[in-house]
Amino acid sequence: MTDVIVVGGGPAGLACALELRRRGVGDVLVVEREAQAGGIPRHSAHQGFGLRDFHRVLSGPRYARRYAERARSAGVEVLEQAMVTGWSTDEALEVTSPDGRESIRGSAVVLATGCRERPRSARLVPGTRPDGVLTTGTLQQLALRGMPIGSRALVVGAEHVSFSAVLTLAHVGAKVVGMTTELPRHQTLAPFRAGAGLRYRFPLWTRTGIARISGRSRVEEVELVELESSQKRVIACDTVVFTADWIPDHELAVMGGLELDQGTRGPRADTELRTTRPGIFAAGNVLQGAEPADIAALSGRHAAGSVARWLAGDGSWPPAVPIECQPPLHWISPHAIGPSAEPPPRGRFLLRSRDFIRQAALEIRQDGRLLWSGRLRLTPGRSTLLPCDWMRGVDASGGPVQVSTPAG
Amino acid sequence: MSENAPDRDVVIIGAGVVGAAIARELSRYELRCTLVEAGADVGAGTSKANTALLHSGFDAKPGTLEARLVRRGHELLSEYAPRAGIPLERTGALLVAWSEEQLAAFPRIVARAHENGYTAISRLAADELYGREPKLGPGALGALEVPDEGIVCAFTPPLAYATEAVACGCELRFGTSVTGMQRLERGGFRLETSTGWITCRFLVNAAGLRSDEIDRMLGHDGFTVTPRRGELIVFDKLSRPLVNHILLAVPTETTKGVLVAPTIYGNVLLGPTAENVLDKTDTSSTSAGLEYLRSEGERILPALLTHEVTAVYAGLRAATEHDDYQIQIHEAEGYACVGGIRSTGLSASLAIAEHVCAELDEAGLPLRPKRELPDVRMPNIGEGFPRPYAEPDRIAADSDFGRIVCFCERVTRGEILEALAAPIPAPDLDGLRRRTRVLMGRCQGFYCGAQVRELLAGTR
Repeated sequence: MTDVIVVGGGPAGLACALELRRRGVGDVLVVEREAQAGGIPRHSAHQGFGLRDFHRVLSGPRYARRYAERARSAGVEVLEQAMVTGWSTDEALEVTSPDGRESIRGSAVVLATGCRERPRSARLVPGTRPDGVLTTGTLQQLALRGMPIGSRALVVGAEHVSFSAVLTLAHVGAKVVGMTTELPRHQTLAPFRAGAGLRYRFPLWTRTGIARISGRSRVEEVELVELESSQKRVIACDTVVFTADWIPDHELAVMGGLELDQGTRGPRADTELRTTRPGIFAAGNVLQGAEPADIAALSGRHAAGSVARWLAGDGSWPPAVPIECQPPLHWISPHAIGPSAEPPPRGRFLLRSRDFIRQAALEIRQDGRLLWSGRLRLTPGRSTLLPCDWMRGVDASGGPVQVSTPAG
Repeated sequence: MSENAPDRDVVIIGAGVVGAAIARELSRYELRCTLVEAGADVGAGTSKANTALLHSGFDAKPGTLEARLVRRGHELLSEYAPRAGIPLERTGALLVAWSEEQLAAFPRIVARAHENGYTAISRLAADELYGREPKLGPGALGALEVPDEGIVCAFTPPLAYATEAVACGCELRFGTSVTGMQRLERGGFRLETSTGWITCRFLVNAAGLRSDEIDRMLGHDGFTVTPRRGELIVFDKLSRPLVNHILLAVPTETTKGVLVAPTIYGNVLLGPTAENVLDKTDTSSTSAGLEYLRSEGERILPALLTHEVTAVYAGLRAATEHDDYQIQIHEAEGYACVGGIRSTGLSASLAIAEHVCAELDEAGLPLRPKRELPDVRMPNIGEGFPRPYAEPDRIAADSDFGRIVCFCERVTRGEILEALAAPIPAPDLDGLRRRTRVLMGRCQGFYCGAQVRELLAGTR
């Protein structure tokens, strides 16, 4: 039996494995289904990676390589092109690779399977089904492989990743004909929006949905609808990129019987990144979609501490105190408070809202008792960092902790 | 005009599930057959976008040709499928009543089934129904169980039939649409097509949505195809444990209603809508259609709606003004019209082929059996049967079967390469989807879209 099996060799999985070795854990195996470990940053050929974990700015591919190399030289076994396809009845993981099919077993398992963007179908966008409808993930891999993309692209979504898609489209010589969001404004940083708008000169249509995609073999046009006036507008384009709207890749979690959080759709995990099943941990963007790579990596590093304690412990898995959010709050991550006083990764909870609220008055209560109150800025699709010092006031045997915006 | 003997004994127009089945049947005899298809692939029209159910024919209109051929087709396909590698599972169907009025329709439905020679239909009380389907929405009053209804892969059968036909020497021409037709003086036909003309002694019209147009080219005017669009939603595989049977609605005069069914690939299907459209190519989904399906789904299986949607598609049924298949054999001409095969074409396909072949025999087509027939076995893409990624022997023999390219559907590089080099190779991305399930999963290409396109481009 291996000490720890980490499923997923992206930033979270590799950082976790690396930290486990630093903490003296013997056998650490990372199982990665792609041909190379490193995760999503491998496809993001722009700068901006590594600030919070390596304290320097790297390109995505360099950042990914750095983790894979460091993990290997720290003695982590990284199995590439090996996919965990399920759990066998005796709680082992079933793996398929070019070397065959095997069952592997670990004293601890860390799920670091990441997240993906919801494709057009999951967003129920009607119309025909022509070629040229992509997610950012597909777009960036096509660009990396030098495959043809299209010449006029509509970008759906206005988050950080949407602007990353704009950069990729510009890089391959495709014109961005516009960007749409159903929200009243974009959700990226103002300088990103201003810079991209100035440089690539495309309109941003807010409060706008996609009514229909048409085209026979290739996208020909997209009908947009203004949500308030129901006014329609037809945009001629040959490519539509659906960006953001992340969903954790929670298949293994569900197959393993882990409870999912209804907000994040990732496995429920506490501040120690323990899931609802003993010995199984989760780290990175499988917990919530999507944080930048370095934040995912720090989540992996955090999980390593908990895993090491579990390996050295008596096998007990004490219950956690769940945290619940009230609308318009969408979710909080981690989703519960663990039995130790250990703060969440980076000493902060991630909080998401469905609405923009500039100065939201927030309250945290347990069984009616006020634990914390304060004002924070909320932006849909972007995490607000919530301090964790109130955790000390939580009664481990009390009811769930409630996070709300009582003023509305 | 002086005439040579016709080039071909039989030309079959349309490589959908019906045309391919007929080509397979005829290719078993010493005949020079050509299967012409306007599109780029086998089974790429109506045959690819339907509910993929194997019907028992319990609810067909008694006495019709459809009733007889669906029943016989069910028998033939059930026997053929395991031999040819066509995934098929007999899940059984539950026809659920949600109102007293629907419950009152049960005796009529049972009587019709009996009239069709189907006696295995039985009544379930509400508590038995909820015992079988615990996730069913509240308010169901009872059900009829039809144990012989099943789910089948809609993609593999036309490919299997056409592959077998080609292995028997049938010529297959893609990108060939029929633009005109003349009768030859000494019998037979001269077809003008987009890739040149062909002459033949016997002609089979299995042109699906266009079968009425072909029929008119020959001066007949028996029916008009009005495409009836059906929109469908496919839910994430994680929803599969929610349902055990095909959940049918009690039919009304106009529609069979919306059903919920497991798919052979391990998803759950919700649909179809039924809407007459004018354009024979209009396979677009609509916001109204999807909204309606979701409201029906919410009522039938509420938990389904909490799951992610994997795919949305729409297909066109070749409906006509008649309530039976439009199969007419014009003996003197040597022409078989096989039109108006709505909804049940997949289930009846092998019986339709058997029937048409027998009729052509009557009409004077000499049927001398070939001495040796090839064994065709298609790669399995069904979830209920072993797939290469889980087969140690396959991987040991060729490590490409251990290289999973499409993570969501567990499709290996070996299967993709196999489909690209098959006797009828995948011509495009959609063809590759239908042969391997690649890109058909929940991520719709987020992870492997670029790699799959590269593999496809590499072989062209």
